[in-house]
Amino acid sequence: PAFGLFIFTIARDPLRIIILIAGAFFWLVSLLLSSLIWFIAVKASDPQDERLQKGLLIFGVMFSVLLQEAFRFLYYKLLRKAIEGLVALSEDGCSPISIQQMAYVAGVGFGLMSGAFSMINLLADALGPGTVGIHGDSQLYFLTSAFMTMVLIFLHTFWGILFFHGCEHRRWWEIAAVVIMHLTVSGLSFCNPLYVGSLVPSYLLMAAAAAWAYLLSGGSAQNLRRFLLCKC
Amino acid sequence: MITFMNNSDSEEEPCNERTSLMSAESPPVPSYQDGLPASEAGEAQAHRKRRAGSSRGPNNIAGGEMSGSGVPVRESILENEEEELTLKYGAKHVIMLFVPVTLCMIVVVATIKSVRFYTEKNGQLIYTPFSEDTPSVGQRLLNSVLNTIVMISVIIVMTVFLVLLYKYRCYKFIHGWLILSSLMLLFLFTYIYLGEVLKTYNVAMDYPTLFIVIWNFGAVGMICIHWKGPLQLQQAYLIMISALMALVFIKYLPEWSAWVILGAISIYDLMAVLCPKGPLRMLVETAQERNEPIFPALIYSSAMMWTVGMAKPDTAARGASQQAWDAAEDGREQLRSPSHAESQMSETRGPAPTRPVTSLEELEEEERGVKLGLGDFIFYSVLVGKAAATASGDWNTTLACFVAILIGLCLTLLLLAVFKKALPALPISITFGLIFYFSTDNLVRPFMDTLASHQLYI
Repeated sequence: PAFGLFIFTIARDPLRIIILIAGAFFWLVSLLLSSLIWFIAVKASDPQDERLQKGLLIFGVMFSVLLQEAFRFLYYKLLRKAIEGLVALSEDGCSPISIQQMAYVAGVGFGLMSGAFSMINLLADALGPGTVGIHGDSQLYFLTSAFMTMVLIFLHTFWGILFFHGCEHRRWWEIAAVVIMHLTVSGLSFCNPLYVGSLVPSYLLMAAAAAWAYLLSGGSAQNLRRFLLCKC
Repeated sequence: MITFMNNSDSEEEPCNERTSLMSAESPPVPSYQDGLPASEAGEAQAHRKRRAGSSRGPNNIAGGEMSGSGVPVRESILENEEEELTLKYGAKHVIMLFVPVTLCMIVVVATIKSVRFYTEKNGQLIYTPFSEDTPSVGQRLLNSVLNTIVMISVIIVMTVFLVLLYKYRCYKFIHGWLILSSLMLLFLFTYIYLGEVLKTYNVAMDYPTLFIVIWNFGAVGMICIHWKGPLQLQQAYLIMISALMALVFIKYLPEWSAWVILGAISIYDLMAVLCPKGPLRMLVETAQERNEPIFPALIYSSAMMWTVGMAKPDTAARGASQQAWDAAEDGREQLRSPSHAESQMSETRGPAPTRPVTSLEELEEEERGVKLGLGDFIFYSVLVGKAAATASGDWNTTLACFVAILIGLCLTLLLLAVFKKALPALPISITFGLIFYFSTDNLVRPFMDTLASHQLYI
């Protein structure tokens, strides 16, 4: 689905592609920094202690989430500057791309990169012989990973929209909500392999975020109805 | 393979010439000089463009005259509009370059991942005489540095040789050299590549079929690159050639040497293009003095050039050969400063005065593209291919390097739009790529692996 989003909405306009790749880049840098911190922490600690390792992992995850959001904010700042530049340079005084579109594309960029990093090694291994969960792990590993990745990509997209909107209108509670949601979803993934605990709430959260982002982008129930009725 | 490599030393010139970025228009404007105010140059360029495109039809000429009168009036407005159009078209050009670079990288990575041959170590080029099989780390490091020095000095020698050839107008020699090396590339390397791919997938092919296939491929390639051909086909051939060359590099350069060479090449590129005494810069200036289009070869152009009515050197210009690396470097340089500025000017002039004119003008302007040297393609692909081949983090590292290179390319193009002169395309991208490769491989990979094993998501 993420690729579908990409093809249908982003691939047309070159500016969007650039913003997408830059978004992915920012996510990557945040990942880099957070793994650097984690790596240092691990090296500095005792490798034998299981609980400590687990604790460090949790710490690493949380820190990474915070860093991701921080980088989203930085990216927002950069895009603001870029938009001002584009407006100043454009012929008719309005920029060729609106901040909301940028928010959307940035979200997709973040999401794609995080999804790619989560899934791609799995996919490569999936091409090998079929031995899922042979050591007593869950049989549904691949399936749940796929769903989890998809929900995460969508969530990043919506968070992007919400976050930028919050920054635009200086509503700090929106930004805080995004951060908390992100932390929640990551935290929920700790429930794995108890999949009910992690997948279901994540999807619920995603639906909520989707509705919120839709409303923020100017949609309404009426629009939705009109859209659906026109089609059929 | 080893003996072949040893004999064909002419083929193995590293593509340092190719590592430059320039934009569009091939023939430099005679009246263009740095001192001239931009508008004049733009006007002259616009006129010349119309003349060059006159083979397209009478509309063009009429348009040229009209816009000629319109241009002086509009110049003040044009100055302001210049910048914005630069940026608008900038995005499009960036994408026009993203696509071929991505394609090349995809081809290289796909081959590396599937065909065993390119990751086996079967010997080294004579340009990297020091082996890396030594037991101690220090010795290995020393050997790789020495390898790099040898390689870079070979590149420098070839570049200077080419500049001299160009200076003394030995055009026939250069053309012959280019044609010979592209011939070898197209036929021999394709044969080897095809053989390995068929071996991997266990597909049998008899010799006559092979002969016919390779003959057709090579012949069409030669025609497309050195003469005329559909733009897409030519671009496809250039991409394939770059991929083949990159694969050869990945196979035959020893590990540490490859990384050190990548770093050294980007530094060399930076110096050769920007220093006043650099060979590439000298080549550009020489070509500028003579008002000739830069050399044939080794340039990937993302748009059609209106060289239908132009002299031969232009049409031969799209060739791609290893030997012409040095030539290409020089070629690049020339194209960079005059043509980039010209194209910037002309692009921005183009829309403004020609709005009342014909759609043909716009067509001309849209077709103008950015040029990227083939050496850039090759080294980007070498970086990503090496990441795919040797990184234990597999796809994550490859993906990270890919994004890093694309961002570097973006930044370079942005700088190009700001500085309006030829710029080396390698340094920024390769630096980013190297940083990301090493950091992803060592730092991110354990993190992601641990996360994946616990199925945690960040």
